[in-house]
Amino acid sequence: MTNAVDKVIAGDVRTVARLIRDIDDRVPEVREILKALYAHTGHAYVVGVTGAPGVGKSTLVDQMVAHLRKAEKTVGVLAVDPTSPFTGGAILGDRIRMQRHSLDEGVYIRSLATRGHFGGLTQSTRSAIDVLDAMGKDYILVETVGVGQDEVDVVKSAQTTIIVVIPGMGDDIQAIKAGILEVGDIFVINKADREGADKTLNELRQMIDMGQQKFREGKWIPPILKVEAVFDRGVAELVEAIEKHRAYLLEAGGDQHLLRRTLRIREELAEMIKNRLIQEVLDQLIEGGEFERAVEAILAGETDPYTASDNLVFSKLGRKSERP
Amino acid sequence: MVKERKLRVMVAKPGLDGHDRGARIIARAFRDAGFEVVYTGLHQTPESIVQAAIQEDVDMLGMSSLAGAHMYLFPEVVRLLRAKGVEDIVVCGGGIIPDEDIPRLKEAGIAEIFTPGSKLDEIVKWVREHVKPRVA
Amino acid sequence: MTLTYNQKIMDEIREEHKKWQKKLDEIFRVTRERLERFSTVSDKEIKNLYTPEDVAGEDFGNDLGFPGEYPFTRGVQPSMYRGRLWTMRMFAGLGSAKDTNKRFHHLVKEGQTGLSTAFDMPTLMGYDTDSPRARGECGKCGVAIDTLVDMEDLFEGLPIDRITTSMTINPPAPVIWGMYIAVAENRGIDRKIIGGTIQNDMLKEFIAQKTFMCPPKPSLRLITDTVEFGTKEVPRWNTISISGYHIREAGSTAVQELAFTLADGIAYTQAAMERGLNVDDFAPRFSFFFNSHLDFFEEIAKFRAARRMWAKIMRERFNAKDQRSWWLRFHTQTAGCSLTAQQPYNNIVRTALQALAAVMGGTQSLHTNSLDEVLAIPTEEAATIALRTQQIIAEESGVANTIDPLGGSYFVEALTNQMEEEAFAIIQKIDDMGGMLAAIEKSFPQREIADSAYHYQKQIDDNQKTVVGVNKYVTEERLPVDILEIDDTLEKMQIEKLHRVKNARDNKKVRESLEKLGEACAGNRNVMNFIIDAVKTHATLQEVCDVFRETFGEYRDPGIY
Repeated sequence: MTNAVDKVIAGDVRTVARLIRDIDDRVPEVREILKALYAHTGHAYVVGVTGAPGVGKSTLVDQMVAHLRKAEKTVGVLAVDPTSPFTGGAILGDRIRMQRHSLDEGVYIRSLATRGHFGGLTQSTRSAIDVLDAMGKDYILVETVGVGQDEVDVVKSAQTTIIVVIPGMGDDIQAIKAGILEVGDIFVINKADREGADKTLNELRQMIDMGQQKFREGKWIPPILKVEAVFDRGVAELVEAIEKHRAYLLEAGGDQHLLRRTLRIREELAEMIKNRLIQEVLDQLIEGGEFERAVEAILAGETDPYTASDNLVFSKLGRKSERP
Repeated sequence: MVKERKLRVMVAKPGLDGHDRGARIIARAFRDAGFEVVYTGLHQTPESIVQAAIQEDVDMLGMSSLAGAHMYLFPEVVRLLRAKGVEDIVVCGGGIIPDEDIPRLKEAGIAEIFTPGSKLDEIVKWVREHVKPRVA
Repeated sequence: MTLTYNQKIMDEIREEHKKWQKKLDEIFRVTRERLERFSTVSDKEIKNLYTPEDVAGEDFGNDLGFPGEYPFTRGVQPSMYRGRLWTMRMFAGLGSAKDTNKRFHHLVKEGQTGLSTAFDMPTLMGYDTDSPRARGECGKCGVAIDTLVDMEDLFEGLPIDRITTSMTINPPAPVIWGMYIAVAENRGIDRKIIGGTIQNDMLKEFIAQKTFMCPPKPSLRLITDTVEFGTKEVPRWNTISISGYHIREAGSTAVQELAFTLADGIAYTQAAMERGLNVDDFAPRFSFFFNSHLDFFEEIAKFRAARRMWAKIMRERFNAKDQRSWWLRFHTQTAGCSLTAQQPYNNIVRTALQALAAVMGGTQSLHTNSLDEVLAIPTEEAATIALRTQQIIAEESGVANTIDPLGGSYFVEALTNQMEEEAFAIIQKIDDMGGMLAAIEKSFPQREIADSAYHYQKQIDDNQKTVVGVNKYVTEERLPVDILEIDDTLEKMQIEKLHRVKNARDNKKVRESLEKLGEACAGNRNVMNFIIDAVKTHATLQEVCDVFRETFGEYRDPGIY
């Protein structure tokens, strides 16, 4: 095991690739490795890139990698694509747009499927971020499927979150949940050569300003950048904006940074406890046969799922149900 | 409790050949079979395919060629994999490949060649029988 | 002039038809219909019978007309095959320029009437044989061309002042054409009299064939340069072969092939007009290239609909005045994707039927695939059989005795109308997206094709569609077929030849010519004469293409699946 840990820290691609897979497949042994690796994390800067399908996230990430590499930073990329709910399979095609970096030793690209877990960004993605961090990557770009809960999830793992839209999304922006506007640190209007870019910019600006008063602590005003990722226009400015945000987080004694980090760790710990707990308790209930008995009882009309679950859980907790 | 591991496969287009109708159909078929499919897109060099296969920790690499360069490209990919110490990725090929070339390709380490007319479900069946997810 | 039956007769027919259908329903209540669903290979449903009802309201003058008269449904020329048979133009290319030259001579000796050139992958993608990206690919799917010297060897002994040459080349088309013009001029042949075609259709590359170099906009600029140059200096040359063949091969339906091809044509017309060219100056030299696929009548209807649609588009949308601008002249190739590796001799039959459809659809020139083409580049024998197929159709079958023999068939006319309607609907969709360039950026045609391709494959795997020898009438034994093998030593020899040429040339002149070309590219001047100058100094194909790459950037596969 120490061998694996050493190899990850040394940047061995194969070991990292296998570890991420084992994490994804919930192999129990990885927990020990992750424990050992944790002390080596905290160096990488994590940037989340999210947005609706078709806005050009992969092309944007590809260009960001190019710029970061020019600045001689090493980069890890996690590209997350949705698993088909019907078949359990997935086509992971984000890599296609980044293949020109595949021979660059300083870049590690990994495609992940959501695997239908709660939300788009899962514990395994967070652990994968830790692994890339321990591997020594300066930057980790996490590209996620941008629908629903996922955008909010990205924030919890990323230090800077970029929301990508395209012109003409007007109505869609109106419909976007307030959640996105809160969590976006930088907004990118990609394919900005298309009609309606300025209109979209103004709409976004208005919404962000409104949200600013209601939701945002701190003094960071999310910039809105016009980018044409395919032509590498505006990407340098985007990378600059990320650096500015990073500086903001660290300034004034690093309050913002600490605040976010605390939030992140709280979320991660709660999630991990939840997952661990569920796994443990469920395993025990199934092994002990109580689960099956409860199912039968419900089928026979002797009880209902609400009562049964209450009883099962509180019996495990070693105390009676709170209900009268 | 470890669930059964998902099969991760890569579908790659080596060389300059631009015929990707089959590769894209097979990628869909693999997805419908429940695999996680990394598709590399067109015009990949053997080096970039190998590097991607390692980064993605795939169990199987399938390559497609319809422009006649398979006798160089397919064995070259196997050679590069082995040079990097990778022995456990199953490598397959498909496309316009005459029967006469198949023995030499197999000798070079290609596990199976799927010639034109191969049915999708036969290919999937073969993969399920001959490719197992890597043991942790 | 109207082809309608009067109302009374129509009503009578309708009544009789209903009675007949009732009889049929009775029969099929006992024994079932042969299939659950009768549909074309594109999955278009076909009725059991077509009657005058299906063409009621058709106007003979406006919709059908006479051959050589608007809207040209029955043929672009008044004389069609009564005057001259279609050109038998067999696509050929293999190994080195000398190898292909031999194949050219053989085909001409056996009776083909025009040349057609297939290039190898490195040439198609604008790389020299010594490029690392070209390893293993030299000569494998066509002829390797690195410099003007190869081009001269390719056409050695062939009368290019009298015979027309088609060259299937896309991103490097201006360069290859430049070389061809240089070959002619070096022989003292004036560029004003040489005739032929370069495929030069980048839009369909982004959609289907996927030989890329530069992004869509600069590609369109280069194409417009060739159109402009051809209009002014090489008037007998077809500067674009607007292609549907590859779109179909990538898995589209017949209607999609029709719609996307004509939409590409619209985009090229617009681009040329934006350049300031008068539509009647260049449109007569646009040519088309279609697939001839398995479903006999669907293909014939497609060709007829294409003619009518293009005539309407040219006259009504672009106000072309010259009749020749309204003509849709096309080359056809039988469908490569329909050939099977199993029981390869069956492919001779498939090709024959597809060739017949193309002839009955009024094609101007035709390539017939060889039986072994699904396995390798055709052997001489196989290519000869394919040529004989055309000759037998021409001389023995009698279908060329009359013009548009199927005109007036209720079925064919109904199908023609239907395909036109459906194709125009797709073109409207593309217009709404902002034109073909915008549609390509949005990946619309690519996705449509991928869906159609997947749908068709599922139908075959589920046995809803039959492929003889593959999912029905399967035999275990594999009949031996002689395959053409391209010698691996060819690559080495070609590289040596390339280096000899590079060592013998005046590199200063080469550099200067490339610099001038670079300036022309950056400065929006027409690149063609600069290219011709460069290739005459023996600049290589890749050296010239690299100038394009540097100026315009490179395009990468976005990987739509």
